[in-house]
Amino acid sequence: MKSKIAVKKKIIIRPEYCMACRLCEIACLVKHSKSRQILKAFKEENLTLEESRIQVQQQGEMSFALQCRHCEDAWCLESCLTGALHQDEISGAILIDEEKCIGCWSCIMSCPYGVILRNQKTRKVATKCDLCPDEKIPACVMACPNEALILRENKNEK
Amino acid sequence: MRKSLVIPEFAVIRDQNLCIQCEVCVRQCAFEAHHFNQADRKVETDNFRCVGCQRCVTMCPTGALRVIRYPNDFRPNENWPAEEIQRIYKQAETGGVLLSSMGTDRKYPNYWDHLLLNASQVTNPSIDPLREPMELRTYLGQKPAKLEIKFPKKMRRFDINKITLKTKIAPQLKLEIPVMFSAMSFGAISFNTIKALAEASRRSGTYWNTGEGGFPASLYEYGPNTIVQVASGRFGVHSQYLEVAAAIEIKIGQGAKPGIGGHLPGEKVNEEISRTRMIPEGTDALSPAPHHDIYSIEDLSQLIYALKEATDYRKPVAVKIAAVHNSAAIASGIVRAGADIVVIDGFRGGTGAAPTRIRDNVGIPIELALAAVDERLRQEGIRHQASLVAAGGFRNSSDVVKAIALGADAVYIATAALVAIGCHLCQKCYTGKCNWGIATQDIHLIKRLNPEIAADRLTNLLNAWSHEIKEMLGGMGIDAIESLRGNRLQLRAINLTDAELKVLGVKPAGESL
Repeated sequence: MKSKIAVKKKIIIRPEYCMACRLCEIACLVKHSKSRQILKAFKEENLTLEESRIQVQQQGEMSFALQCRHCEDAWCLESCLTGALHQDEISGAILIDEEKCIGCWSCIMSCPYGVILRNQKTRKVATKCDLCPDEKIPACVMACPNEALILRENKNEK
Repeated sequence: MRKSLVIPEFAVIRDQNLCIQCEVCVRQCAFEAHHFNQADRKVETDNFRCVGCQRCVTMCPTGALRVIRYPNDFRPNENWPAEEIQRIYKQAETGGVLLSSMGTDRKYPNYWDHLLLNASQVTNPSIDPLREPMELRTYLGQKPAKLEIKFPKKMRRFDINKITLKTKIAPQLKLEIPVMFSAMSFGAISFNTIKALAEASRRSGTYWNTGEGGFPASLYEYGPNTIVQVASGRFGVHSQYLEVAAAIEIKIGQGAKPGIGGHLPGEKVNEEISRTRMIPEGTDALSPAPHHDIYSIEDLSQLIYALKEATDYRKPVAVKIAAVHNSAAIASGIVRAGADIVVIDGFRGGTGAAPTRIRDNVGIPIELALAAVDERLRQEGIRHQASLVAAGGFRNSSDVVKAIALGADAVYIATAALVAIGCHLCQKCYTGKCNWGIATQDIHLIKRLNPEIAADRLTNLLNAWSHEIKEMLGGMGIDAIESLRGNRLQLRAINLTDAELKVLGVKPAGESL
């Protein structure tokens, strides 16, 4: 199954302003935690930054926060054995149905950006950025103190 | 290893109930005050390294951090405060000159806080700037002593188009708000910082100053809002540099360190700074204390006219001096030497690096120097020959209004501008490790200042000040900033001695006309 529409919420990465503070990782983790509260997420749910769906990549002076690009022609959709990965027809976001995911990691191997992660703590399923469907602005963009992540609304609707 | 006797200046208080060990503080502190203890999986703090810049406090996602003054008391001694003892320890350990940055932090009287503004009541109407026109526009440059107007030989009916101005008006700088950004060099501050200053100047219709650091070619588009500096080191001065700018400023002295030159360490001179300053990469940029070709007013005049000649008399030339004891006489000489603008920089002005003892003890407050210079130029009948710009520690819009009432045409701000974009006055600019991405050339740290955000913040600050200035003017029943200039009757002083009142030329509060 191939995706058809361009994602409406596009997160633009600006490495020239990323200072690798990782506040985006923290915000994403809290947003996708059970409690959705920062103290509980870290102190009771024992979440760690490695589990965040957005990951700051850093080498030398270069750093940027990378999350699922929600490709228009997503390879992960093609590789998914069960159809757990699908494209939301309205938002264009590439989402994962955790009920259907069998943890084969085909998507992880096919993703050219390496932004699909293994969630081994709860169930052996893949986790990835869902663009925070219930928020107007994704948590990582909200949390970035330097606007190294900005949101661009894609108006070319199909 | 010999034990250092210096104790920490600050203590970082971490609320363990709130700390989530996310290490944001660890990553944000360029002074490495925080570190992650792998064995205990815990973030720990070394108070010795904390400079009190508040970066970690601001960035902590749970508000777990607090920086306080190190809670330690030396044996109480009014003559030997802890600070002096600590400084002696530092010098005994290093044998070096104490260095500081930004303006003096010593408790000297701040005369702005002793001056009060007037307002209209009954006998003259106040003005509501939201409903009536209010002009903050002002022009800097030499004004003619008189205007000669040429009328046509025959003019039956009055026709303004047939009347021409015979007097040639000297070049002027047009300011939409009487606040400019004062000189800070590329090198002392990061590229993103000067880009933000330039952008904000363009948006607000004012000017920024390159300082001695040269003018990066990639910012030439901001030339019409740029004042370029010619200082003792002559860094980055070439014909195009003068050509793209709106005005040229000759820097004789700086309020924070009168009589002292500058020193940009070689580590900061990267490829771009080397190109902009026209010096080899990695070499120290040393600005001599004096201009070696200026030992008199006559010499200064030569440089002023050399620069005017080089720019075809199309740009005003400013001369900046530090506020010192004989400022009034010196300023008179500067005006007679041909300067279009005289800039006086008071001793509360900031710097990227200065010997602490110089910063804290040399020079005089801008309020007194400004009043003295304005008065002297008026007495000599040459006040119109040059505009007067005051600088050095302007904190808010009311300081600006008071300065204009004391005689300034406009003011320069720099510390306030840096505070607007994140500076917390930790006074560690000279280390080059500015955690706010302002006074640094570190490739990691410069990214912390996003010029888009910074330009917005600076524009907002100027916008807010312009509203406040308009309100204050309106209250006084004045509808143009130029009508306030030198109008000291709008000021009254509180808690000042007769001698101070005399220098300021201001009546004590309670005394009417």
